[in-house]
Amino acid sequence: MMTRFLWTGMGRNLRLFVLLVLAVGIVVPALNLLMPKTSPFYVPAYALQLIGKYLCYASLALAVDLVWGFCGILTLGHAAFFALGGYCMGMYLMRQIGARGVYGNPILPDFMVFLNYPELPWFWHGFNHFWFAAPMVVIVPGVLALALGWFAFRSRVTGVYLSIITQAMTFALLLAFFRNDMGFGGNNGMTDFKDILGYSVQADTTRAVLCFASALALAIFLIISGAIIGSRFGTALIAVRDAESRMRFLGYRAETYKLFVFVLSAAMAGIAGALYVPQVGIINPSEFAPGNSIEAVLWVAVGGRGTLIGPVIGAFIVNFAKTYLTGALPEVWLFALGALFIVVTLFLPKGIVGLWAQIRARNLAKKATAA
Amino acid sequence: MTTAQPVSHQPTAHTTAHRTTSALLYLSGVTVSFDGFKALNNLSLLIEPGEMRAIIGPNGAGKTTMMDVITGKTRPDEGQVVFDGQADLTKLDEAHIATLGIGRKFQKPTVFESHTVRDNLLLALAGMRSWYKLLGAAPTKAENDRLAEILSIIRMEAQQHMLGARLSHGQKQWLEIGMLLAQNPKLMLVDEPVAGMTDVETETTAQVLREVNKSHSVVVVEHDMSFVRALGVKVTVLHEGSMLAEGSLDQVSADPRVVEVYLGR
Ligand SMILES: Nc1ncnc2c1ncn2[C@@H]1O[C@H](COP(=O)(O)OP(=O)(O)O)[C@@H](O)[C@H]1O
Ligand SMILES: [Mg+2]
Repeated sequence: MMTRFLWTGMGRNLRLFVLLVLAVGIVVPALNLLMPKTSPFYVPAYALQLIGKYLCYASLALAVDLVWGFCGILTLGHAAFFALGGYCMGMYLMRQIGARGVYGNPILPDFMVFLNYPELPWFWHGFNHFWFAAPMVVIVPGVLALALGWFAFRSRVTGVYLSIITQAMTFALLLAFFRNDMGFGGNNGMTDFKDILGYSVQADTTRAVLCFASALALAIFLIISGAIIGSRFGTALIAVRDAESRMRFLGYRAETYKLFVFVLSAAMAGIAGALYVPQVGIINPSEFAPGNSIEAVLWVAVGGRGTLIGPVIGAFIVNFAKTYLTGALPEVWLFALGALFIVVTLFLPKGIVGLWAQIRARNLAKKATAA
Repeated sequence: MTTAQPVSHQPTAHTTAHRTTSALLYLSGVTVSFDGFKALNNLSLLIEPGEMRAIIGPNGAGKTTMMDVITGKTRPDEGQVVFDGQADLTKLDEAHIATLGIGRKFQKPTVFESHTVRDNLLLALAGMRSWYKLLGAAPTKAENDRLAEILSIIRMEAQQHMLGARLSHGQKQWLEIGMLLAQNPKLMLVDEPVAGMTDVETETTAQVLREVNKSHSVVVVEHDMSFVRALGVKVTVLHEGSMLAEGSLDQVSADPRVVEVYLGR
């Protein structure tokens, strides 16, 4: 039943795209590790890190699209789930430092020694084990999404009110994580990581594996999403998106459908955040900034809302532009972002994927008239 | 429930105790106020199993509001709605009421525009409502057979792969009736099915509904008198939220109060 579930949802395009993602995840790290530095095919370490980062952003974009494109909930707080996953991983990485910190305390991370913590706060226990931290990456964002979604969907909060609630959630977390007494490193967050699963986070091979893992995670998320959207559940979900009360009169519990996808999406975002943190080497409260969630929505809009491939393409294109512009013309980036938003809303309601489909349909029509 | 039930045309002279046991639907003293304005005013109504009932009445008489109360969309301020002799619908939510066996066609057709005709029917098909089962289930042979049957009743086999958004107004109305059939409810509530239809489409719709009534109880709200005549069933006239008259179309249209309500405006 499981294989049937996973394969029926996968159209040919999605299958090819998953293979492409996996190919990137294998070829890019391989070129970094195996090619001599003088070769034109050599992928420098910064590029490897960049691709790894983009792959995590792409997973976040896919998570946003599951909720926005397929449930019709414009989430403006998804970066919070990403950041929570990142913090769980950050806590694990902090505890791996052990006595190698500046203060040499075997138990307490440096920032706790600095802030005169007498002992490890209770919620830090267990995070020295990977087997404990790894499920937390899914559970913490998942439970938050479950609680928020439960109340919001049951009370039938929809539209702009729901967007405001999600935005308020990430803003509240931003303020909370800024506080030193929360026990998550205040505004400095967590950094100076040493090892992950016993391997140095700085080593080329570790970075290569993390990049591959990010691609693998994205591929798995694409397969799962494709299967869900292609199933009868997906048909019902899209129907809930388009005419929720109609579905209720058909006997469907609309809120359960939304809740399942909301929680799944938060879990995906959490995993993406957890893979992101060891690659960039830091997690701090700025990841909760409301702007981050809004940018993630923009990636989806650019790539194509309500498609599975679109968010991935959007995340890569917008972030590539951002990396380039913030380096070359830093003062231009925010204007470019604003302009992009206007252009997409006015001229590309279905994003790049929609444009592509339109061009193909036009070519087919041309061929038909020519024949 | 697929077996035909006899259509009854008994007058509504039963004792209250008898009503709650034999009637399929029983509204008693239902009142709904919107900011003091009574959209329904102490309305009582009784539908027998297997019956098809036409509800007529001028605009604003409370016909749609009555359906809102039955389906759980609107909570009445007073009164009871008993379905199948047991459940008090005023205490239940929409999804629960739908699973008890009440299906509804809205006044404004709302089909799922980004799904095909077939998927629309599949969604409506009785049975599968649990989200986790739907994750792994393919349509069964029985489900496919039932879809084929419904497509033929609503005369839409040729359009089954068309998206809901591309259907004409009349086709949407029929698809909605098909979706009601797919739910296989004990009771169908059909709100203004022929609004905006051509005469031919109206005639077809009356045929479809008579066919549907062979296996389902139906309450149909309509303005169009030629359509109500084509249905040939007992008529209830609503006016200002209460029942004005009840009987055959000829009887009620001879009633001077009914004439006044319709012509006095
Ligand atoms: N949600 C509402 N709020 C206020 N007034 C309403 C509402 N729904 C219906 N009404 C009023 O109740 C009356 C009955 O409406 P309705 O049931 O739609 O009539 P019908 O379907 O018979 O034309 C109308 O006067 C309408 O304006
Ligand atoms: Mg009405």
